[in-house]
Amino acid sequence: MTNTFFEILRPGVNTTMQDTGRNHLYHIGVTISGAIDQRNYKLANFLTNNSLNEAVIEFAYQGPLLRLNSGKINFAITGDVFFNIIRNNSVIEEGKCYQSYILNDGEQIDILSTKKSIYGYLSISGGFELEEMWKSCSINTKAKIGPNNGKKYSINEKIFIKKSTLENFKYRKIGYKNSFDNIVRVIRGTNFDYFSNEAKHIFFKEKFSVTRLVDRMGMRLDGPNLENIVNTNIKSEGLIRGAIQVPADGKPIILLSDHGTIGGYPKIAIVISADLDKVAQLSPGTKIQFEEVSLEEAEKLFKKYTEDTNKYLNEHS
Amino acid sequence: MIKNISNLGDAAVYCDFGPEVNEAVNSNVINYFNHIANLVNKEKIKGINNLTPSYNKLIISFDLSLTNFSSLKETIQNLNIKKDIKRKNQRIKIPVCCDNEYGLDFNRLSKKLNLSKDEILKFFFEKEYFCYMTGFIAGMPFLGGVNEKIRCDRLETPRVKVPQGSVGITEQFSNIYTFESPGGWNIIGNTPKKIFKKSNLKDPALVKPGDKVIFYQISKEEYIKLND
Repeated sequence: MTNTFFEILRPGVNTTMQDTGRNHLYHIGVTISGAIDQRNYKLANFLTNNSLNEAVIEFAYQGPLLRLNSGKINFAITGDVFFNIIRNNSVIEEGKCYQSYILNDGEQIDILSTKKSIYGYLSISGGFELEEMWKSCSINTKAKIGPNNGKKYSINEKIFIKKSTLENFKYRKIGYKNSFDNIVRVIRGTNFDYFSNEAKHIFFKEKFSVTRLVDRMGMRLDGPNLENIVNTNIKSEGLIRGAIQVPADGKPIILLSDHGTIGGYPKIAIVISADLDKVAQLSPGTKIQFEEVSLEEAEKLFKKYTEDTNKYLNEHS
Repeated sequence: MIKNISNLGDAAVYCDFGPEVNEAVNSNVINYFNHIANLVNKEKIKGINNLTPSYNKLIISFDLSLTNFSSLKETIQNLNIKKDIKRKNQRIKIPVCCDNEYGLDFNRLSKKLNLSKDEILKFFFEKEYFCYMTGFIAGMPFLGGVNEKIRCDRLETPRVKVPQGSVGITEQFSNIYTFESPGGWNIIGNTPKKIFKKSNLKDPALVKPGDKVIFYQISKEEYIKLND
C-alpha cells in the first residue's frame, strides 16, 4: 500500500465510489448500483489508461475538493463539469473534461459543480486502493455496502491511491460531447394495458418534468395524471433499471442504479438500454418526452450506443 | 410451469407463472430460479446478470452486449427442470414494538378497516407467515398470510423515507424494511432485530424464501434493550 491519498477538504453533495456494478444478488435484494452514467464512467477510465472496469469517484451537482498527499498522479474528469486545479504555486488552472492531467503532491482538484447534468466522474491512473464487496467496489449507501462502510464520502476522510508515481503516462484527450436531448425512448411495460386509452396517449404526447425527488434510486416525474383503470397495485415482482412505475397518484417514477429489486406498482414502460445514461443525467426541471420503440429497434439502438462508445475508446490524440 | 415468457424492456426476460399467489406456485418459481442460478454459476448460460424470483414471476436481467431476449427465451423454454432439492426451512421469531412512534399508519388502517389498533394487532400477531421472496431492499422478506380482516392497499403516495426496521402490511403480505428506504406499505411497528447482515458474506439475509416467520410484540423498554 502506498502513502499516496486524496484528503477530502470538501466532500460535495453525494460523492461515492462506483464501477460497473454488483451482479447476481437481486434475489436477496442487493441492487446493481454502479456508475449511473456508464459511458462517462468508461471514458474516465480510458483517459487515465485504466481497465474500463476500474472504480472511479462519482459526484453529483457539487463535487469534492481534494488535496493530493505525496506522490504524483494522472487523473481525468468526465461529464459536464466545472472544475479547477489548484497548483502548488497558487495558480488556479481551469480544468477541462475529457483530457488527462498530472497532479503533484500538495495540489488540489476543486470540482465546483456539474453544469446541465447531475453526475460526473473522476478517474485516477492505476485506480484507488479499495476492498471489493461481492466483486464490486460500488458504494450502495441505502444498504451500506461497499468501500467507506457503504457511506458517501465526508470531510477529512482519505481515499488511498494504488500508484504513487506516473508509470507509462500517456496524455489522452477525446472530443466527446454530452447529449442533452430530452427524448427518452421506451418499450411498453408489462402493465401498459392497466392504463386508460387517454393515459396511454398522454404518456407519449405530453411532457413530464423531472422533480427534485431524484437520487441514485430513482427519479420522480411530474406531469398530467396517468389514469389506471385496472389496479394501482400489482403483486410485487422483480424490477430492473429503467423501469417506469406509476403508483396510485398517477405520477411516473423512473428506476435508476440503486433501485429496489422488487416492486408492486404497475410498469407503464421501460427505458431502453441505449438511453439509460442519458435519462439519469437529466436534472430537476427538465421536461422529458417519451417515445415508443420496438424491442428490435431498442436492440439496434443499443448496438449503435456501444459502437459510439467504442469510437471514443479508439480515439487517441 | 411458466405460463408466458415476454420481454421486460430490452434487457430482461419476464417469466409469468400465472395469476395465482400460493406456496405451490412460488415453489415452482424458486425451482426455476435454483436451476438457472446453478447453470449461471457453472457458466453454462452466458450474459445473465441477475435472477429475481417473486410470488409468481421470475425476472432474468441480462447484459445486452452478450445475449438478447430471443436467445434467452429459447434457452429457458428448452430447460429440463427436475424435481426440486428442498432447502431446510427455518422458523424465525421476530420482535416488534408497535408504539405509535413506530406504528406510523394505525390511523389510516383503523379508518380503512374499521378496526381499533388493538384488534389490528391481535389479527397481526396470531398468524404465522410464509416467506415468498426477499428483496426490494437488501434482505427484505415478503411474508404471506396476513388475516383477511386487516388487508389494505399501499399508500396512495409512497413515503420518501420509511425508517429502518419498520414492519409493514399490504394486502395479504407483511414485510420488514431492513434499511431506511422509500416505500408505500402500511407501517404497524418496528423491529430491533438485524434482518440483513453484510458481515455474513455467504448468507447475509436472515429470512429466505420458504422460511416461516412468527412476530411477537415487545414494549418500548424491551425494544431499546434489544436495539443495543
